[in-house]
Amino acid sequence: MIASHWPALQVALPLLVAPMVMLLRGATLPWLAALVTSFMAFAIAISMASTVLEGEVIVYAVGSWPAPVGIELRIDELSALLLLIVTGASSTTLLAARNSLTAELEPERHMLFYAAWLLALSGMLGILVAGDAFNIFVFMEIASLASYVLISAGSDRRALPSVFKYLIMGTIGATFYLIGVGLIYMMTGTLNLADMESRLAEVEELKPIMVAAGFITVGLALKAALFPLHAWLPNCYTYAPHIATAFLAACSTKIALYVLLRFDFVVFQGNLIGHDVQFSGFLMPLALIAILVASGVALFETNLKRLLAYSSIAQLGYIWLGASFVSKAGLTASVVHMFNHALAKGTLFIAVACLGLRFASLTLQDLKGAARFMPWTMAAFVLAGMSLVGVPGTAGFISKWYLISAALEQGYQGVVVIAVILISSLMAVAYLWRVVEAAYFGEALTSSSSTTAEKMSEAPPLMLAVVWVAALANVYFGLDSTVPLALSEQAATALMEHLR
Amino acid sequence: MIMETQLLWMLALPLLGAVAIGFAGQSHPNIREAITLLTSVSLALLVWSLFPEVLGGARPEAHLVSILPGISLQFKIEPLGMLFAALASLLWIVNSIYSIGYMRGNNEHHQTRFYICFAVAIFGVMGVAMAENLLTLFVFYEVLTLSTYPLVSHKGDAKSVASARVYLGILLATSMGLFLPAIIWTYAVTGTLAFTAGGILEGNIAGPAIGLLLALFVFGTGKAALMPVHRWLPAAMVAPTPVSALLHAVAVVKAGVFTITKIVVYIFGIDFLAASPSGGWLVYAAVFTIVTASFIAMRQTNLKRLLAYSTIAQLSYVILAAALLMPLSLMAAALHMVAHAFGKITLFFAAGSIYTASKKTELAQLHGIGRRMPWTMGAFTIGALSMIGIPPTAGFISKWYLLTGSFQAENYIAMAAIVVSTLLNAAYFLPIVYSAWFKAETEAPTIDHREAPLAIVIALSITALLTVMFFWINQPALDLAAQMVGVK
Repeated sequence: MIASHWPALQVALPLLVAPMVMLLRGATLPWLAALVTSFMAFAIAISMASTVLEGEVIVYAVGSWPAPVGIELRIDELSALLLLIVTGASSTTLLAARNSLTAELEPERHMLFYAAWLLALSGMLGILVAGDAFNIFVFMEIASLASYVLISAGSDRRALPSVFKYLIMGTIGATFYLIGVGLIYMMTGTLNLADMESRLAEVEELKPIMVAAGFITVGLALKAALFPLHAWLPNCYTYAPHIATAFLAACSTKIALYVLLRFDFVVFQGNLIGHDVQFSGFLMPLALIAILVASGVALFETNLKRLLAYSSIAQLGYIWLGASFVSKAGLTASVVHMFNHALAKGTLFIAVACLGLRFASLTLQDLKGAARFMPWTMAAFVLAGMSLVGVPGTAGFISKWYLISAALEQGYQGVVVIAVILISSLMAVAYLWRVVEAAYFGEALTSSSSTTAEKMSEAPPLMLAVVWVAALANVYFGLDSTVPLALSEQAATALMEHLR
Repeated sequence: MIMETQLLWMLALPLLGAVAIGFAGQSHPNIREAITLLTSVSLALLVWSLFPEVLGGARPEAHLVSILPGISLQFKIEPLGMLFAALASLLWIVNSIYSIGYMRGNNEHHQTRFYICFAVAIFGVMGVAMAENLLTLFVFYEVLTLSTYPLVSHKGDAKSVASARVYLGILLATSMGLFLPAIIWTYAVTGTLAFTAGGILEGNIAGPAIGLLLALFVFGTGKAALMPVHRWLPAAMVAPTPVSALLHAVAVVKAGVFTITKIVVYIFGIDFLAASPSGGWLVYAAVFTIVTASFIAMRQTNLKRLLAYSTIAQLSYVILAAALLMPLSLMAAALHMVAHAFGKITLFFAAGSIYTASKKTELAQLHGIGRRMPWTMGAFTIGALSMIGIPPTAGFISKWYLLTGSFQAENYIAMAAIVVSTLLNAAYFLPIVYSAWFKAETEAPTIDHREAPLAIVIALSITALLTVMFFWINQPALDLAAQMVGVK
């Protein structure tokens, strides 16, 4: 009986628990509450994903008011996969959060952090289940505002100007999105995405829709940190509390991408003539530049977190690149890379959180010899790094393989794309190798103020367990990718069906 | 069924050995070395027990896991792989004995890391040797690359780290930038990556594309050190000598030429490649490398660098033999893999022995050293003779087949190159041998030394003996090589 309400509970549960967490005191209780809630959301996501895997799209009419009058929640393959990513990333990182956060935030304020976490979670989940453009906007705001809090929660004051920049950029992005939605509402009189698609077919004057497509694409690209709109991201990831970085890096930017895919393929592609060419002509060059430039910056970055942040921008480029092919293979690669990148980057940042417990500064210089004190953490880091590079046997390889196969379908253009992918893979090897070399082959600085001998030990067992589960998940999904692949392929097929 | 599990054990053993070595650690060096020896001996027993089976026609297979539809990590032993695995596992034992003498004799640091990485590298070699398809081969090829980086940079000073980066950079860049695209291209046109007798590309690709794909494969296999992707090999000479000996005379470089031979035979197919004019360039690239590397070797003053350039030339013998595409020349490719391994490991062992006993590294310092180190220089002489190809050493056998093969192919340029390089080999090896035995010491050595530690002498005597023995007993290797090309 209750199972029929999963779509609503998926969002409502963290949303309702968030204020309750505020009432709890200390470092443990709020954490436990958030953890349990997150895992319940994860369980709901798994249950819905298994339903969707059988080929059924879950549609939930809020208050039993059918769409387009009422609010419709809609979970298809694409949203099911992203629900899994978000709830999975949240649960995994929360497991490690207590140890990591205690070092960065006084216990009295932990409940604020966890409340914001749950709000961010609920906002992201809301975007994913919402079937109409306006609710997507509302949840986007919830998720964004909560993320600002998460990023600025740490002890590093440099997070404040960074998050202010993010706030400005994020607000511009959200406003652009809202302008676009407003234009479409003006022309169609509906906010429901599926309804928009069918009503747009009858609209004769398409210019406002074109403008709307422009606003929505740019606004969401800002939120998703597509090059050259990525400027807010590196500092936010660098100065946020480590565990918040892990959570946000695994999923937040992908949500904006998800909304864009939704909008573009469901609403625009079928109705705007030549839109697919515009879409790929706009995104493909940007994606390629993002991949090369961000990898290049990562090559020379000295702070580990910022290095990984630039790597994220490059990896997001892969996801955009796959989508810009506007083909089933390309979309499959794109969507499956959302999953695989979340796995790899999440693991890397959890490992960073482990390192952060022992090292006050996370520059490569200070991390020299880290592997001697923290062999398990660094081994997990290397494993996840291999997945990021796309070594066969890890999750990253699956997405690279599909991406290259999709590029091969593109003819001569594809050769350039493949060259870029391979060059950037090499660059990824190079920038990760710098970390490996520092940690494994560098001699530790003896007189470093931050690194006294007694502090030098492995991370706490719970965090180690989490990072290893995450690292092994990279291997597992590299060897048996059935579930994410099935969901991605079905999602790609469903999106391509709108193109007719 | 037993043979299938045996294949997986061949992979698991070195890994288990690595873990056990790690647990024994720095605090129990004797147990650690015992584990290394035990692992290498049991691995060799395991591999060699398969030898008669494969010789008898068995082709055991083992399936590990499917990564993507149609692509899996899968293993299968065919004759060439059997030969390579048998060679590497046999020489690992000898090299382990040698390593113990060398590492202790020179008081090297980080010995545990050294032995662990060595075992992992052997794991990579076993995977390469048994790979059933290109992707599996690629995975283990990269395992081998990465696991040898700590070995090359072992000293840890700025110079060796810089050289190790050259090593890693060239090998990774070529494999990811050329080899992997070639694999994906192959998969895109054929839909399979399995090594298949007769090749898989026939009918799927035509014209100049064949030559291009071959170039991607050959230069992508940086470990084969075909010019111009050879620079990593001299750079890798900063490694401790046991590493140079086993990895850069046997395992790593042979993994390179092994890969090329396998691709020529099982991916392109001999007949298909012979009928494609655009693939003909490989012979000349190999000839160029043979002659050029020999000339460069003549100009070297450092013993290990000379051996490195000699290795580059000798590797191209194998590539040339494969590229001639004649049954006899392909057999020569397989035989030369073995013959060169025995000879070159002996030479490297001797170089390391000289270094351990006297700290000498330059050619000019070697005058009269034969009288102080008769065993070492005796072995060195045998190795040098084998490089030149003088009977009764292993090098003669493979050179014989190589020359016959080039007669068969009526390729007179190849023949001329072999003759010229033989002369060049003699020109740079014989003076060393001569001055070591017959010239008087120019200056008294700083250390009044005799032979190197016993473990080292034992090891190099064994490999010198193997070099000579292979001249007399080579029938099993010949049979396997014949099975590979399908003449029997």
